[in-house]
Amino acid sequence: MAHEDTNVIDQPEVLKPRMVSIEISGKKYEVPEGITVIKALWYTGQEVVRGAGCLGGFCGACATYYRTKDDPKVRTCLACQMAVQDGMSFTIMPPFPARKAIYDIQTLKDPKQDLFNLYPEAPLCRNCNACTEACPQKIDVREGVWKAVFGDFKSVSEMFMDCVMCGMCTPVCIADIAPNLVALYVSRAQGAHFTEKPQGLETRIKEIQDGRFNDEWNKVLAMNEKELADHCATVK
Amino acid sequence: MDIHALQQIVHKTRDARRKQTIPKFSPADRDALIEKYHPDFRKSAYRPIRFGPNADEQTVIELATLLEGDSPIADDLDVTPHYQTDVLVIGGGGAGCAAALHAHGTGAKVILATKLRLGDSNSVMAQGGMQISVAPEDSPVTHFLDTLKGGHMQNDHALLKVMVEEGPAIAKWLIELGVLFDRQADGNLHVKKGGGSSKPRLLTCSDYTGLEIMRVLKDEVLNQKIQLLEFCAAVELLSNDEGHCTGAIFKDLDNHRLVVVAAKSVILATGGIGRLHIQGFPTSNHYGATGDGLCLSYRMGAKLAHIDTFQYHPSGAVYPEQLIGALVTEGIRSEGGHLVNSKGERFVNELDTRDVVSSSIIRECEEGRGIRTMSGRVGVWLDTPLLDAEHGPGTVEKHFPAMMLQFERFGIDISKDPVLIYPTLHYQNGGVKIDTNSETNVKNLFVSGEASGGLHGRNRLMGNSLLDLMVFGKRAGLTAASRAQSMAQGKLTLQHLRRFRAEAKQHGSPSGVISPMVLPAYTRKEN
Repeated sequence: MAHEDTNVIDQPEVLKPRMVSIEISGKKYEVPEGITVIKALWYTGQEVVRGAGCLGGFCGACATYYRTKDDPKVRTCLACQMAVQDGMSFTIMPPFPARKAIYDIQTLKDPKQDLFNLYPEAPLCRNCNACTEACPQKIDVREGVWKAVFGDFKSVSEMFMDCVMCGMCTPVCIADIAPNLVALYVSRAQGAHFTEKPQGLETRIKEIQDGRFNDEWNKVLAMNEKELADHCATVK
Repeated sequence: MDIHALQQIVHKTRDARRKQTIPKFSPADRDALIEKYHPDFRKSAYRPIRFGPNADEQTVIELATLLEGDSPIADDLDVTPHYQTDVLVIGGGGAGCAAALHAHGTGAKVILATKLRLGDSNSVMAQGGMQISVAPEDSPVTHFLDTLKGGHMQNDHALLKVMVEEGPAIAKWLIELGVLFDRQADGNLHVKKGGGSSKPRLLTCSDYTGLEIMRVLKDEVLNQKIQLLEFCAAVELLSNDEGHCTGAIFKDLDNHRLVVVAAKSVILATGGIGRLHIQGFPTSNHYGATGDGLCLSYRMGAKLAHIDTFQYHPSGAVYPEQLIGALVTEGIRSEGGHLVNSKGERFVNELDTRDVVSSSIIRECEEGRGIRTMSGRVGVWLDTPLLDAEHGPGTVEKHFPAMMLQFERFGIDISKDPVLIYPTLHYQNGGVKIDTNSETNVKNLFVSGEASGGLHGRNRLMGNSLLDLMVFGKRAGLTAASRAQSMAQGKLTLQHLRRFRAEAKQHGSPSGVISPMVLPAYTRKEN
């Protein structure tokens, strides 16, 4: 008789998946509880071309609106990162037609002032906080827009490091701001114009150009297989 | 048993484990371990390719089947072009964007075509960092030697030398575009140590390195107004009388119409093959990683290198079910996270190379020291709370915000609970063989990024992929663009396809498989 294995995690939902009712773009389906929203789409036979990307929560392709049972609030999620539950209703959001400003990052003269030319709507934020509520990455988007307008580019770039560019902050903005695009501009400007140039990197580039490592290269590249393997083993 | 009950062994043994030092394996023990447990050595998963440039060489069955597969294109198709360009870039990830930007920068006309959206790629998911020797105690030569050792001495020396030497210039380019790498207090680039590396060499942007780089590159592609063909999957290449590459045929995924693009040169930057789920492994790869570029190049006559070796990232999530295969970044181990079996023991030096660590985890699980989930998966613990214990509360949250968020969505706080992991199919070590300008043996056909092969040998070191795709994306872009200036558009034919079909016929009945796969078949169909 098989002895009881004590190293098994109980997952009753896996052994006997409980089926739950969900609604996708208005049509009802039964799917196993706990699968992700994107897997629910596949489970119901739907091919996904728009709305699937990295499947790991990084690319923002699967921006989704959803609502749970008996709750009037429409929420947002990434379809690859959200488990379905009974009574849930959802629809994938196609990319929203936001306007992206076109600029040459390297020749900007006054990036903080240029923000107002590139995104003139940015200072019109009415503080409603809808963008922050819409962000599946829990970024304080409203705060970020304000900081951008007040020229605190460093804080914005730190706050938006988590931004997957899903764009769900955009359709909810009553001032027609695309906060993610504003933040991307600000972060790039911060990186290209307001961050110290790393001296060590410049030194290394010059060393390579000046051939500082040439002798070592010549030595290594002249080695036979055995010598090279032995040499590699000495690198600690 | 309740997962929390099983996790107690990790909490209980933590203090004792912290006093331990686990030595790295000797080269002989390492080789024996890999041969016994690494999936690359499971003979039953392999078979020889029957025909084509790599005839009789072994690769995994899933890939061999696709390489021998038939094109969806009739070889008498009217190939009157819908578009004409100097440089055609296929693939919108890191390598594709880098290639397109550099080619465009020289004044060449560039079209970037991609199967999904611009940016959809494995690159965007890269968390660990980018290896560049910038630290004073480090050097490109040391980077070369570390990579060679990690790659089992099989790396192409010329490619590797180019990569390590051009790395610092690439970092400079990215910084000028506005990429925000982590810094030290003195303004220099902060470097972390990765598995298999002798010096700290990883440039990072928190644990969002790939995302940060890709946000910037995508934005730059848009700023440069490079012509895009999105939701267009490459399904065949075009060749002239001499077999040189002259363009490609795409399937528009919206209306299934075929789109013909004439190009003076073609850069394939189509990424890897994780979504083939070779040997049944889950994968950390994005939805489109189905190895399209390998099939297209192979039919064209391009030789592949090292296609019998794949990287199984040691730490893919095993629990909860929703995160199966998702990556638990190597950064956790870099910062001292332990791997722990069901008995509460460490069993490998966590900073050994990925193939060694993966093989050790598989060994623990096969020998009964793993933890099983009821869905039939098995794994070992990664002691994530150890980081807070070691470096102070809040460390996990501060250094790994992406991972915290990913698990938090399923009610798991990784700063308090260890996570269950098992190797996940992560990277294709080999690919289409290229020279130092990213060109294949087929003239005017360039390949860069994960689809190319030779650079990483039989095992890739963490952080070398982001550098690979930038350096060889750049070289492909520059070479393709400069050549386009001095040449005429080649004739568009499907001669190579007729040749390929004739050869396939000689080797028995066609398998009936159409390649490339384009997208994995996850959609459930009722019988």
